Amino acid sequence: MNLELINPFIDATLNVLETMASTKARAGKPYLKKDQVARGDISGVIGLTGEVSGTTSVSFSEKSILPIVSNMVGEEVKEMNEEIRDAVGEIVNMISGQARQKLDELGRSLKAAIPTVITGKNHVIEHITTYPIIAVPFTSDKGAFTIEVCFEE
Amino acid sequence: MDLNMKVLVVDDFATMRRILKNILKQIGFTKIIDADDGSTALAMLKKDKVDLIISDWNMPKVSGLELLKAVRSDESIKDMPFLMVTAEAQKDSVVQAIQAGVSNYVVKPFTPDTIKEKLEQIFKK
Repeated sequence: MNLELINPFIDATLNVLETMASTKARAGKPYLKKDQVARGDISGVIGLTGEVSGTTSVSFSEKSILPIVSNMVGEEVKEMNEEIRDAVGEIVNMISGQARQKLDELGRSLKAAIPTVITGKNHVIEHITTYPIIAVPFTSDKGAFTIEVCFEE
Repeated sequence: MDLNMKVLVVDDFATMRRILKNILKQIGFTKIIDADDGSTALAMLKKDKVDLIISDWNMPKVSGLELLKAVRSDESIKDMPFLMVTAEAQKDSVVQAIQAGVSNYVVKPFTPDTIKEKLEQIFKK
């Protein structure tokens, strides 16, 4: 997969978390993910279509998503609930939107579907294609999370 | 900007409705109602007198763009101030919204200051 497709998602993730959740994160080294098991406890997944088809996801540990969403809504959220699920869907929606803006500037126009959210230890993220999955681990003062990008390219 | 205006916030994500309502309260608005889809918003607009709409774009039944077009083609509410707040940041999307008569456009993610600034721009016109 062309790395030009990954960088917009990394930049979007950093920007979304900082702007909406006052969370400064750091991207680790991208790697080729050989399985479909999510790295976190809750994942938002969004399908992308257009000049190339694919999916992107963001997967949070319970430890990281609770303070992140608390920062977003301005009130402490103490447990995994419907609000957390909703917020994860919105986070991946915003990451997708920002990334697609950058890709559009690079001449790659994509549309996004409505996101889905999956929870549970060792849940599976089924990407839209069987092409390679690139995972990027992030660390932050709130905890760890991982984005994945998979395109038919 | 009249803070006594009744504001309708439309987004299919409850978290986003909550964030926007919090920001509007911080700015000083007190009359805020919300809808989870453009279709719900259209039903509410038939019953409630609303002075400002803040809407997402991508929603399951009636999108923000469709809601905007419906508002602009309804003689009784066609001049309603309408702020689109959306993750759709591509040039084509912005152009479509402008052509449909959007009052202003905010791309997610946003800060509270951005929302305030974009609202002030609408009411300065």
